[in-house]
Amino acid sequence: MIPIQPSSAPPVPFAPSKPRLQHMLSLLSLPILAFFTLPLVALFLRITPEEFITYLNQPQVIQAVLLSLFTTLAATLVSILLGTPLAYAMGRGFFRYQRLIDTLIDLPLVLPPAVAGVALLMTFGRRGLLGGALDILGIQIPFTPLAVVMAQTFVAASFYIKSAALGFASIDPELEQAAGLDGASNWQTFRFVIVPLSWTALFSGGVMTWARALGEFGATIIFAGNYPGRTQTMPLAIYIGFELDLNVALTLSVILVGFSFMALFLAKRILRVKK
Amino acid sequence: MHKNLLLVVLASAILLAACVPVGTFQIVSGLPLDGHKKTLTIFAAASLTEAFNELATSFEAENPGVNVILNFAGSQQLAQQIIQGAPVDVFASASHKQMEIATLSGRIDRKNVSIFANNRLVVIFPEDNPASLGSLADLAKPGLKLGLAAQAVPVGQYSLEFLMSASKESGFGSFYKDEVLANVVTYEQTVKAVLSKVILGEVDAGIVYASDAWEPSASKLGRMAIPDALNPIASYTIATLNDSFHTDLGNSFVAFVLSPPGQEILAKNGLLPILTNH
Repeated sequence: MIPIQPSSAPPVPFAPSKPRLQHMLSLLSLPILAFFTLPLVALFLRITPEEFITYLNQPQVIQAVLLSLFTTLAATLVSILLGTPLAYAMGRGFFRYQRLIDTLIDLPLVLPPAVAGVALLMTFGRRGLLGGALDILGIQIPFTPLAVVMAQTFVAASFYIKSAALGFASIDPELEQAAGLDGASNWQTFRFVIVPLSWTALFSGGVMTWARALGEFGATIIFAGNYPGRTQTMPLAIYIGFELDLNVALTLSVILVGFSFMALFLAKRILRVKK
Repeated sequence: MHKNLLLVVLASAILLAACVPVGTFQIVSGLPLDGHKKTLTIFAAASLTEAFNELATSFEAENPGVNVILNFAGSQQLAQQIIQGAPVDVFASASHKQMEIATLSGRIDRKNVSIFANNRLVVIFPEDNPASLGSLADLAKPGLKLGLAAQAVPVGQYSLEFLMSASKESGFGSFYKDEVLANVVTYEQTVKAVLSKVILGEVDAGIVYASDAWEPSASKLGRMAIPDALNPIASYTIATLNDSFHTDLGNSFVAFVLSPPGQEILAKNGLLPILTNH
């Protein structure tokens, strides 16, 4: 999530002097903005506040919300823990096959999530590549919340890794060297120099990963199955609800839109304050 | 370098587009590309996939100039799409209930609905039988992994009905249903998704229609019959939509499904035909 903001560079010559152009651009921006907004408004109009409250108290809805929050936070944490070393190495260009690895990181972003689901099943499923070994250890992943977290991490971690890599790359290596010369350990350099300087990139990447994990559907339903309270996250409950009880689907959709909007909006605010 | 890249991208896009069947564009535009061809769009339950593919081929052969487009999904999903106004000529549902839901949209008249086949349930398991299933009672064994269709899917509803009637039998015990449901690890969206999870060996057992365990890809499955007394008979219903552009053509497809040759194709694919005199 690289915030789109007017650049702070010296004013571009034409910008302030042409109000007509500005008006025209605002007008031309309207159709696509309306296209984004109207479906969301329609969603909110379709359900009354009373209905919303009633359905919010249904166990199926509560279970889905809690499971989604729990699994997406876990997936974001895993992405940060496992993704940060990779992002740093990428940002510093440590790898010999930098472009190949960069492509690997991009791949989960463009693959259909259903492909991710099938691939995870072929790897970690009972009959998958690692299934036999895991079975011996007594570990069975499909149909568990762990499978949900893995599916979410697979499709969403790249957002954090890419953003963090850009953040790390923008830090002057001499600053790190200076900290080292002053006697800072690697951890101290990381904790007190690198993280504060790349904070916005790490934070916005983390938020994007979380938001993407929250919306994850295709990989989850294939790899983790659908069981209320165990693997049925909000998007899965919406899909089922659409066929069983439209109001459940609408309630959860409203919550999901609300969550995602608030998270992204707050993140942008926090980033502005930090700057 | 960049020019080459652009060429590769363009070429791949054209290749991809060439792979898309012409029918797709017809769905998108709602109009046949070829002015002489009539397009008949049929929504059918996922469990009818093999049977209806064969029926469509025969129907096209008998009616030159007709192009049949089939859309398979869970009946409950198709019913919702019909309510939301999807352009469709014929709806074939795996249950009365979902057909009834579709008639509430006003797009289907009850008098046009006819039963065209029956189906029964069967328990399936991976060929090597990882949970050593020996009888239906074993479905209640603690630790077994069972895949069912969600209750919204007709086959999921029928599966529950089977468990309920079994719980009333002394041979199973009154806790049978609860014990079996405790073993469910996933409620899938279509009967075919249950089938896939069993074929992949991710679950120890699943409940599907006999016609699903019939198909060639399902040959690597173990099967366990459910006695007739406990087996809910799934009645498949079919109807032409009132607002179809090709009501006549839709009706003649329905008639074909109900005719002896049509019923024979259904029987060949593991469904129970309703024409018994044949």
